[in-house]
Amino acid sequence: MKCPRIVRFAGLAMAGSLLVVACGNDNAEPSAQTTKPTAGATITVYSGRSEKLIAPVLADFTAKTGIEVDLRAGDSGEMAALLVTEGDASPADLFFSQDAGALGAVEDAELLATLPQETLDMVDPAYRSQDGRWVATSGRMRVLVYNPGLTSEADLPVSVDDLLDAKWKGRIGFAPTNASWQSFVTALRVLRGEDAARAWLEGFAANDPIAYEKNGVVRDAVNSGEVAVGLVNHYYLYEKILAEGQDAVKAKNHYFRNGDPGSLVNVAGVGILRSSKNVAAAQALVDYLLSKDGQTYFAEKIFEYPVASGVAQYDELPSLADIAPPSIDLADLRSIEATQELLSDVGLLTK
Amino acid sequence: MNVGRRVRVPAPLALPAVAAAVIALIPAFYLATQAFARGAGNVWDEIFQSRTWDLIVRSTWLTAVVTAASIVVGTVGAWVTTRVALPGRAVLLVLFALPLAIPSYLSAFAWISWQPGLEGFWGAVIVLTCACYPYVMLPVAAALRGLDSTQEDVARSLGRTQRQVMWGLVLPQVRPSITAGGLLVALYVLSDFGAVAAMRYETFTWVIYGAYRAGFNPSRAAILSLVLVAAALILVTLESRARGRAGAVRIGSGVGRNRRNTASPRAVVGAVVASLSIIGVGLGVPVVSVISWLGRETQRSVPWADVRGAILDSFLIGLLTAIATILVALPVGIAASRYRSRFSSAVERSTYVTHALPGIVIAISVVYAGIRLLRPWYQKLPLLVLGQLLIFLPLAVAAIRNSIEQSSARIEEAAKSLGAGTMATIRRVTVPLALPGIGAAAALTMLNAMKELPTTLLLRPTGWETLATSIWKYSTVSDYSAVGPYALTLMIVTAVPTAIVTSLTVLRVSRPSSPGRQE
Repeated sequence: MKCPRIVRFAGLAMAGSLLVVACGNDNAEPSAQTTKPTAGATITVYSGRSEKLIAPVLADFTAKTGIEVDLRAGDSGEMAALLVTEGDASPADLFFSQDAGALGAVEDAELLATLPQETLDMVDPAYRSQDGRWVATSGRMRVLVYNPGLTSEADLPVSVDDLLDAKWKGRIGFAPTNASWQSFVTALRVLRGEDAARAWLEGFAANDPIAYEKNGVVRDAVNSGEVAVGLVNHYYLYEKILAEGQDAVKAKNHYFRNGDPGSLVNVAGVGILRSSKNVAAAQALVDYLLSKDGQTYFAEKIFEYPVASGVAQYDELPSLADIAPPSIDLADLRSIEATQELLSDVGLLTK
Repeated sequence: MNVGRRVRVPAPLALPAVAAAVIALIPAFYLATQAFARGAGNVWDEIFQSRTWDLIVRSTWLTAVVTAASIVVGTVGAWVTTRVALPGRAVLLVLFALPLAIPSYLSAFAWISWQPGLEGFWGAVIVLTCACYPYVMLPVAAALRGLDSTQEDVARSLGRTQRQVMWGLVLPQVRPSITAGGLLVALYVLSDFGAVAAMRYETFTWVIYGAYRAGFNPSRAAILSLVLVAAALILVTLESRARGRAGAVRIGSGVGRNRRNTASPRAVVGAVVASLSIIGVGLGVPVVSVISWLGRETQRSVPWADVRGAILDSFLIGLLTAIATILVALPVGIAASRYRSRFSSAVERSTYVTHALPGIVIAISVVYAGIRLLRPWYQKLPLLVLGQLLIFLPLAVAAIRNSIEQSSARIEEAAKSLGAGTMATIRRVTVPLALPGIGAAAALTMLNAMKELPTTLLLRPTGWETLATSIWKYSTVSDYSAVGPYALTLMIVTAVPTAIVTSLTVLRVSRPSSPGRQE
């Protein structure tokens, strides 16, 4: 009665491998782990990233290594709660989280294994756990998406502080419940202190920003001219261009530079469960995600910033060196609950 | 009129009833262990924060308004479909009940995408009232239909006005149905997250989810959940006071005549206006919204194989949950309706407590118990069914109890006087008489299990994809044209059990009476 996962994955695997072969066939060298001690194994992955985003890269992994993946996807925080509740009895081998906070929580519960140094060394120290128990697999940046018909490029803000100017009154869109927006506010608290963050939020609230349900809706509102600018993640624009074609999309991305909190980089990442009985196979998946193939998928197919293997970001994106995002310890972004309280307090989260 | 007798619950009934209570209290047990793991001081610190009080007030306010609105809408719906001479009242009743088939997260999103300005308290009130009023309407309609109309004729002939008859005679008799439905509504509102999240109205459930999603702190979530457990206990106690001692049971039979329904122009016009508003708000907005998502991107073909797979998975989970829930609910329902005692009401109340807890809390508590005690079944069907059962048990208990209370205890007494033992009477008289109610309880559990999300996400067997999880999967990436087919299918598929619930709860109620009917 059940359409077996294997059948579904086989289909995805074929599609996925075609994609990856098409976009990177010059680096088809197998990763170290393909030398079969783990082929035929099945690993269980708990994921806070949506199945739709990661199914192709997992299918490709299975095609290349023979390791099957059982995927359980949900909210990152709920998956972390699931892992913490399961403890050492967890059936999961690997946790793939949408953000560093959930990984940190599972790490604090002493459920993650230490990753090999050579795996850790593939990723910039800013994008991995200080105790070596998780690594980032890709990054996303906060940007200002704008409608060139409604604002000239010269008028665009240099810093998020410029958004408090009266000329933006009622012209900014944002998604109050979105986790990345809340991470940005958390970064503001960490970088500038509670009082300054509150002052910025009060100024922002006084400028009557328009609240939308999700980042994608903010982007669409900017594109259609409902609002002039919107605070979103960098890849939403490219998703729309991919879906509807460049001609249909007027909106453009504007980047904050030189350490401005507005260009916060947040990461998705992975950790291996200490209780895993398939460590080798789980490690093979970590290595695959950080390999040229894995990183190319994140860069080319879902337009995220790659973090390893020298893979370059998508053509349209500025390099991280160019932007100079604010430097922040990702572990400090854990205090999202306090951020939500602050947002509620200044009237930006709830009604 | 009180036909429940204060007697000892017979052991063959008491044992499974106690077992049901123990199962129902798994989440409360988990919450207590988890919450007090770091000492009572920590519990008070987490609860006594400035925000907590504020959130309790907001939740109480929302619960009160939605419960009151559901009672009004539900009672009006019941009155329109049982007392006004409208054509096609059976169809109308099913249409009124159909919002049961729409998950609150879905209808909230439908409202928001149509009217973004509705965000906030009143948006949450609209969505939750639409989701909940059928829980009042169905038992009230059943009670109205089963009332002995000769009493009303007598009251009228003695000079009482229509209004006096309504308030003085009819309402007191349907009051137990109203309060029982109202209790389910209030508990559901406390537990709901989908609607308040989409409407951005911060309630107590909001902080519990926040403790998981933003705080990564299951023990804080457990502590906060204890507040909901306490609220549930208060509500259950209030309800049993409000229900009063009077049972809505007609002991004898009336004469075999049909009630004359109101056909006065004022009543008919009022009924038509009320019907159109209820259907338009409860059914029209979400259905039109979902259909518009379908049309948004016509070039993409619908993955029918996946939709079919999701229907099958949903159906199987719903069916197994329904069967398991009925088995657990039946002894509780019989004990609560036929053997009223402190014991049976304690057992009954204990099954209600979980209904105020958000799905994620129940899921995590089943994870906690399951991975330690039932490891081989972990993330397999039995544990998923257990999680669902915990959530929907009170719906089934209420439906069964309501149905048994509406049948006369005299027949059971007759059976006993003819020499049948207690269990034989239950097996051969009580249960057969309650069959429509049992069927309604099963269908109600099934339709709810099919649209349930948080427990399904954490406890489903790997690779299982229900209609609800598919909707979730695509809506997290804002792919609404892909959500459309699953959302529409979910509404259509769950419409079937909804129609069954309606027909078994209300339309099967004989009027004026089947037991001892005078032909």
